[in-house]
Amino acid sequence: MSGAEAFAEEEVAAPAPPSLAATLLRDPVTVVSCLFVLLVALAAIFAPFLVPYDPLAQSVLSANQPPSWQHWVGTDKFGRDILSRIIEGARTSALLGVSAPILAGISGTLLGVAAGYFGGWTDRIIGRFIDLLLAFPALLLGILIAAALGPGFFQLTATLTIAFAPRFARIARASSLSIREEPFVDAALLAGVSHWRIILRHVVPNIIGPVIVILTLEVASAIRLEAALSFIGLGTQPPEPSWGNIIRDGLDNMFGSAWPVISAGFAITATTLAINLIGDRIRDVLDPDTRE
Amino acid sequence: MRMARTIALRVLDAVPTVLLVLTLVFFALRVLPGDPARVALGEFATPEQIAALHAKMGLDGPLAWQYLTFLRDVATLRFGTSFVSSEPVGAMLAQNLPYTIDLTVLATLFGVVMGLPLGVASARRRGGPVDFGARLFALLGYAIPDFYLGALLLIWLALDTGLFPISGGGEGAWDRFYHLILPAFTLGVIKAAFLSRLTRGALLETLGRDFVRTARAKGAREPRVVYRHALRNALLPVSNGLALSLLSTLSGAVAIELIFNRPGIGTMLVEAVSTRDYPVVQAGLVVFSLFVVAVNLLADLLNGVIDPRIRAAS
Repeated sequence: MSGAEAFAEEEVAAPAPPSLAATLLRDPVTVVSCLFVLLVALAAIFAPFLVPYDPLAQSVLSANQPPSWQHWVGTDKFGRDILSRIIEGARTSALLGVSAPILAGISGTLLGVAAGYFGGWTDRIIGRFIDLLLAFPALLLGILIAAALGPGFFQLTATLTIAFAPRFARIARASSLSIREEPFVDAALLAGVSHWRIILRHVVPNIIGPVIVILTLEVASAIRLEAALSFIGLGTQPPEPSWGNIIRDGLDNMFGSAWPVISAGFAITATTLAINLIGDRIRDVLDPDTRE
Repeated sequence: MRMARTIALRVLDAVPTVLLVLTLVFFALRVLPGDPARVALGEFATPEQIAALHAKMGLDGPLAWQYLTFLRDVATLRFGTSFVSSEPVGAMLAQNLPYTIDLTVLATLFGVVMGLPLGVASARRRGGPVDFGARLFALLGYAIPDFYLGALLLIWLALDTGLFPISGGGEGAWDRFYHLILPAFTLGVIKAAFLSRLTRGALLETLGRDFVRTARAKGAREPRVVYRHALRNALLPVSNGLALSLLSTLSGAVAIELIFNRPGIGTMLVEAVSTRDYPVVQAGLVVFSLFVVAVNLLADLLNGVIDPRIRAAS
């Protein structure tokens, strides 16, 4: 590259916008939220080394204890340490919270792009299916799947993936529909560029912003939905702890101790709140039109 | 007359959706790997036992025949008999459904009565203390799971202070209402959080529009500007959101009924899933799904009432 060319390029280039991360880290609420989510993530990853007690170990002698120095948030009716169970439960939440939205994001985007880009009958069938799934409450879908396959981790992943995919599909579809109409797409096709390349170069960059926003918010939805399904007894099965089934166990033993319910529910609420705050902030940055 | 035609067309349009949902429920319980009879009888059941149960469940005929029988059962609202209690499933539905409808209706009422005014107040004094409080309330309402809020209210208002009953559906009109308040309030608070945020956003958007400035310039008083001009135009997203939240209330009712130990479709469905009572599971899922379709249909029609342009377009 000659000196003149370099100079011209420098003049044309707009001042780089501050990166997403930099903008986010300037907001104290977002920083605190990020730190909290990080804490939960670390707890989930290192659970086996962090738990003060075996989350499944029962001890009749120490049942239904209030919080103390030995048991920071007390024990349940079997004398199991609640804190250990909540930390162990974070693993399920984190695993599903990460895997389900990603699986849904990939499958939903593929479906949406296929519908919007190729149109016709593909679009009509996929479109109807997306509409139906968007209207169908996720919890009901979870009940249907648990009724057909029994409860379990695989079923939870399937439920969450199917429930979340339509939102990605809708955005991907709308975006590829409009791109498809652009004259440059026809020009590129005539020039021999493949459909895949057009999708990768022009459709995907267009939807990456909204997809990141939905992805973030769905992490919270996944954690909540897992908790709800485990709460009604169709998700993670006891004795394996999950934030939802700790609350269920605790409700059965309400006269014994309210601490399991209060603390597990607090874990769900605080984690959801933190992720929602981060998601809202990302949306404000990536999509300023919709900011409040 | 045109209105009737529009409604008829929309109802007709919902028919394929209903069929699709029914088909999904039917095939999910039959075609997915996981034989209900095997699940019900356990791993060590003999082939004869499984065949016998298949016959009892109506799972032995050709799939197409089973499908037609299923559609007939739905159309006649009979749904066969429960495996567990041997009761006709239609009667179980008739017994449980009113409780779930009560809960959903009162929860929606609570949500609208708390959420709409809060959203309006919040938008009118943007950035003020009311707005700050409302946004904080919305954030918390979005984050807290309905069943956790229900459990907290149960611990606090029913167990500790004894102001409300702990469980059951109640006998007689007044007692039933008394048993309904706390569960409905739980779902209503969550709904209010959602609606207040939605109303605030929609109203802020319309308050900035030209016709609002025109109304003010003409000398219209502030309440008239807000309620007559701005809010009316903000209602469309709010009614859409209300329909959406009606569905989450309905699914929230499942957990809430469990917490407050209430009779209802949710309790019935979850119990049936855990006891593998397939006719009941099927009926519960069908009823819930029909609700989903009906609510969406209602929302569409309501949009036509609120915004005549939509009516004209369809």
